[in-house]
Amino acid sequence: MHQIRNMAITAACSLALATMPAMAQDKTITLGAAVSVTGKYSTNGGHTRNGYDLAAKVINDMGGVKVGGVSYKIAIKYYDDESTPARGAELAERLIKQDGVKFLLGPYSSGLTKAIAPVTEKYKVPMVEANGASRSIFTKGYKYTFAVLSTSEQYLASAVALAAELAKAAGKDPKTLKLAGAFENDPFSQDIRAGVLDDAKKFGIKVVIDDRLPKELNDMSATLTKVKALKPDILVVSGHSKGAATAIRQISQMKVNVPMLAMTHCDSAKIIKKFGADAENTLCAAQWERTLTYKDSYFGTASDFADLFEKTFKYAPPYQAAESAAAVLVFKDAIERAGSLDPAKVRDALSETKMQTFYGNIDFDATGKNIAKPMVLMQVQGGQYKLVAPQKWAAAKVVHPRPTP
Amino acid sequence: MVTFARGKQILNNLNILLEAPIFSVQLILDGLLVGAIFALAAYGLALVWGVMNVVNITQGEYVMLGGFVTILLAEQGMHPLLTIPFAVVILYFVGWLLYRLVISRVVDRDLFVSLLATFGLSIIMQQLMNEIFGSDVRTAESGLGTWQLFGDSVTVAQVKVVAFVLVMVLGGILILFLKNSRLGQAIRATAQDARAARVVGINTDSVYATTFAINAAICGAAGSLVAMAYTIHPYIGLPYTVRSFMIVIVAGLGNMGSVIVAGLGLGTAENIAGFIFGAEYQIAFVFGLLVVVLLFRNRAMKRKRQYLK
Repeated sequence: MHQIRNMAITAACSLALATMPAMAQDKTITLGAAVSVTGKYSTNGGHTRNGYDLAAKVINDMGGVKVGGVSYKIAIKYYDDESTPARGAELAERLIKQDGVKFLLGPYSSGLTKAIAPVTEKYKVPMVEANGASRSIFTKGYKYTFAVLSTSEQYLASAVALAAELAKAAGKDPKTLKLAGAFENDPFSQDIRAGVLDDAKKFGIKVVIDDRLPKELNDMSATLTKVKALKPDILVVSGHSKGAATAIRQISQMKVNVPMLAMTHCDSAKIIKKFGADAENTLCAAQWERTLTYKDSYFGTASDFADLFEKTFKYAPPYQAAESAAAVLVFKDAIERAGSLDPAKVRDALSETKMQTFYGNIDFDATGKNIAKPMVLMQVQGGQYKLVAPQKWAAAKVVHPRPTP
Repeated sequence: MVTFARGKQILNNLNILLEAPIFSVQLILDGLLVGAIFALAAYGLALVWGVMNVVNITQGEYVMLGGFVTILLAEQGMHPLLTIPFAVVILYFVGWLLYRLVISRVVDRDLFVSLLATFGLSIIMQQLMNEIFGSDVRTAESGLGTWQLFGDSVTVAQVKVVAFVLVMVLGGILILFLKNSRLGQAIRATAQDARAARVVGINTDSVYATTFAINAAICGAAGSLVAMAYTIHPYIGLPYTVRSFMIVIVAGLGNMGSVIVAGLGLGTAENIAGFIFGAEYQIAFVFGLLVVVLLFRNRAMKRKRQYLK
């Protein structure tokens, strides 16, 4: 039901966007995007589109993008990449060659972004992406790919640092800590694994379990039996929303007792709604959270964005939607600073971006990744997500150790 | 370097099992419980394969649909355990309808035609469910607790035990049904020789429809149990299809009892392999095992023509 309504709203939005230029006799800048409507990424693809559409609407309502005294409205041309990388690359080529699109917005997921980035590179078309966090995207020397989000090796590294801090505060040497990790066998989770292992090494934490979960996972009892046997101090799980849901369910079923449990995708797995008390005290990595104090002149504060999004799409914005909206703001800013619609000039302007958005600060390094925005860590406390790290914005104190389930 | 660390970890894991054998009890129990659900799906596959000579790739999708029936009814406030009969009945009709619409047109054709047709169907079913309900992961809460044995080192989720018992009961009912009922006899006759069955007055078309529908219904029950014990999303079908396929290949089409034994064995082997070698080698190990089993069975299979007994 929800889904259908959201789709209707999205359709209405894109229709409004499509017809707007004709009515207002304005010029348009078309941003192209291959985003999943079908396939396994369709839910998050939907969040991505909603974020793009909302930002485009807000920018257009504020007068559009001003280039050399002329104002342009933003229109977004979408194709469905069917959640398959090969299809995504094909569609990016089609957007650039057939549709003449000069600017691309990113798809959903690292896999798709990795497939599309070489295409944008080949045609020298700048792409601002918001949902490809894999660090492998930024090691290839791409000049035309810019990402507003934190890269994936940072996702759960903060949890390892937090565990080390807590150990020190309790008068324990972090070197005595043991860590168990279960990471899905895909580029995104393997990056997270690399980040976690790096940080564990830094603090001298011993890694006692390092399992790769299969892609079609809905049972991780073998791994959890190992956790019971080896009694680690930290359990880190990364396997998109299916990993989060499976872990919470089986940890409570098998009464696994671990002092710290950290994972990704809590939000999209709806662990609080689905598992209630079983989800308590789980640490969740997030790119963005509505209580953060960033703001900009388009949406206002993070919570203003969340309110507007909720009013428009009838559900609270997950961070995937927030970062997608931020990507459109970045394009607007860069095109105006470039004062031109020439892709090469916009690309140069993008590389010099320094701005604050409701989503966080944006500052791209030479590889195109955003180095100005940290990941945040939330904990489920009393059925709500509470910001517990980094300390600067922490609204609540972390509960540690996690009480026995 | 990587392989060295991996090797050390494997030795460590083996050591755990030797020093604390209690954990192998946990692994075997979990393996048996998950294997029972695989066996149920495999059972349906063996039925359809044996009777209709159709290799049905949509097995896993029926499991997924059954799971969705349970989840949707549970969201309306129904107790998940009570939704199992609904999943069975609804999936029976889904199976019947799909037979009439698609399978009836390919049942007499080459094996590969049915393979392709059901492969197409499975994509359509995944996509349709994704379109309607989204790709989110879903679960149904049975509200059952966990038994703890030997202190807290062995845990058994009660819902998995319920699933296990139900699988055994359903399996028993099916065996009796095939052996004793008129329809069951007609199904077996059709499996042995469809042409001869037609000669003696059996409406093989309706036997096919029923067989296909029964298969979907069995998988629907399995799906209900998966929703309560594990998780469900529109693309969860594949592991169930692959495993039922394997189980049937190992057990053969002839004997329903051996399908159950193979299912339980596979679940257990998989779980222990996952523990020792790490989760990523779980499937690889199982396929390796399949090759070994096939090598041993090869000669016997060459000699004997099997049909549903």
